[in-house]
Amino acid sequence: MEPISQVEGRAIPFGAKNVDTDIIIPAKWLKTITREGLGEGAFETVRADPDNVFDDPAYKGAPILLAGDNFGCGSSREHAAWALGDLGIRAVIAPSYSDIFSGNAVKNGILPIVLPQDAVDRLMEVAREGHEIHVDLETQTVTTPFQDRFAFDIDPFRKHCLIGGLDEVALTLERSEAIGTFEQRRAGSQGWLTQGTNT
Amino acid sequence: MASAPRTLYQKIWDDHVVETREDGTAIIYIDRHLVHEVTSPQAFEALRMAGRTVRRPELTLAVPDHNLPTTARRDATGAKVPIADPQSAAQLAALERNAPDFGIRYIGDADAEQGIVHVVGPEQGFSLPGTTIVCGDSHTASHGGLGALAFGIGTSEVEHVLATQTLLLQRSKDMEILVEGELGPGVTGKDLILHIIGVIGAAGGSGYVIEYRGPVFEAMSIEERLTVCNMSIEAGARAGLVAPDETTFAYLKGRPMAPKGAAWDHAVAYWKQLRTDPGARFDKSVTIDAADVAPTVTWGTSPEDVVPITGQVPSPDSFADPSKKAAAAKSLDYMALEPGTAMTDVPIENVFIGSCTNSRIEDLRAAAAVLKGRRKAENVRWAIVVPGSGLVKRQAEEEGLDRIFIEAGLEWREPGCSACLGMNPDKVPPGERCASTSNRNFVGRQGPGARTHLVSPAMAAAAAVAGRLADVRELD
Repeated sequence: MEPISQVEGRAIPFGAKNVDTDIIIPAKWLKTITREGLGEGAFETVRADPDNVFDDPAYKGAPILLAGDNFGCGSSREHAAWALGDLGIRAVIAPSYSDIFSGNAVKNGILPIVLPQDAVDRLMEVAREGHEIHVDLETQTVTTPFQDRFAFDIDPFRKHCLIGGLDEVALTLERSEAIGTFEQRRAGSQGWLTQGTNT
Repeated sequence: MASAPRTLYQKIWDDHVVETREDGTAIIYIDRHLVHEVTSPQAFEALRMAGRTVRRPELTLAVPDHNLPTTARRDATGAKVPIADPQSAAQLAALERNAPDFGIRYIGDADAEQGIVHVVGPEQGFSLPGTTIVCGDSHTASHGGLGALAFGIGTSEVEHVLATQTLLLQRSKDMEILVEGELGPGVTGKDLILHIIGVIGAAGGSGYVIEYRGPVFEAMSIEERLTVCNMSIEAGARAGLVAPDETTFAYLKGRPMAPKGAAWDHAVAYWKQLRTDPGARFDKSVTIDAADVAPTVTWGTSPEDVVPITGQVPSPDSFADPSKKAAAAKSLDYMALEPGTAMTDVPIENVFIGSCTNSRIEDLRAAAAVLKGRRKAENVRWAIVVPGSGLVKRQAEEEGLDRIFIEAGLEWREPGCSACLGMNPDKVPPGERCASTSNRNFVGRQGPGARTHLVSPAMAAAAAVAGRLADVRELD
């Protein structure tokens, strides 16, 4: 995973609420067996409208997406994060996210920033006026060229993984011994769990 | 030592903590992992690239479901009917290859046990109370109906579980949904969960694990509890739970992968203490009076857009929140509905009975009870019944339900995810409406431009007969 600490540039003022992952990437695009090339299908139904923000040349290549409450709700498809990454999005700013989407985003080097609705509204205004937005993960702040400064919270482990570009599987594999100890203890106290698919 | 009272969720969490990092992130052991063809290929590929193996292959079960067509899979000579869509075929072939490559049990399309993963897990006794169950699919929440902590994960997490049999998690908050009283006639678990989502909203459960409590859930069958927990994710919750009880134990006993003999007795003794202690604290409590729940339908493009069947299409102006007002106007435009229209005046051209929400035997019985001796309306162009698994299909055929459906003019199909999502040939045409027992009425979910009304199986059957949304309690 590519490390991430700063994101600077134009922001796409999408703003919609309850954006489900079927909107981010419709099911027909999920038939792939790779992670690449999903940007083409990203927001396909939104982009059917010729006036959509994603195809507006003003926001071409923008690394930040502004959205409403409950972004990424619905299906667990990580293709949603892959599609955003393929579009060049490195940070999303919204008042809330679905739990599964925000986890998927972090694992793909995309920063899901939570800010209150009025802050998102202000950033939408800044974005529409054509100005850039600056995200600093180290200091956990979002700033604009106009003295706006919004602090955000992030889980320290997620921050650590994003800044270091860390592979969680490799981190957990370092704890194999502890997992083995847990398994042995459970095999004694709850032996019925170890059978699994063996009948 | 007297310990503080704990919720059911806390008890399951505590029993799965391998270790907790200083920052609060825990390594949580995963007991059961379900895999299907859509969200797993990249995970298996990542394992290969990194030279990693599957830590405990016997704790993962692989079943194809999303891409499989629901039409006949064998021709008259018994030969396999090829899958027309090359991408679907490639994805299905990848799972068929990956499972044995990594030593994982695979139930394929030729097996009688094949079905939707969330139907197969409970049916096989693979899903058990008090376990942690994950799958690269948000409707994994279903298995909470057995008292398991079950939730959907992304593909990177699928890889994490395969390699380590654990996940890195932060504990969610506890929410209690207490339903008091009794559900009225014609009102099912599906109506109740749609009503609940309407009350708390599509993001109301975000950050929470919901425990469904009270006499209504205690009286429910396991199948109905699975339906309720299935849609917890549509309220934004990580998972939904119903405490295991005698109904749960009776459901599981004798299932192929459930414990047997002395192991069964040990398991039941453990399961019996999986209840929220008196005095345990919930971060949020919601109380609902069962008497307020009518057969419920959706009018918009979010599962929170619900109304009793006796109600009308709402006006966007009826919502105080300006963003909801705008969203409602957009939804009504997509759904081509006028505010003030009686829901029972909304015509229906398609009916879908199936999906991980409502494709178990009781769902099919409920639909058949309405359709027996009746026929679908002329304007209903396409109506299909898709059993959740091969075993459900066989059971339904033994009971003669397939004949009832066929005589009523509905099609009887092979098991799979079908028209719940646009990944296989079963789709609702653009601009047409569908009364659907599935779980999502999102824009384009059942096919580009498709207009979905979520309903219970009995209500879908009533819509098929009436040719419009209809109140099953008032069917002639």
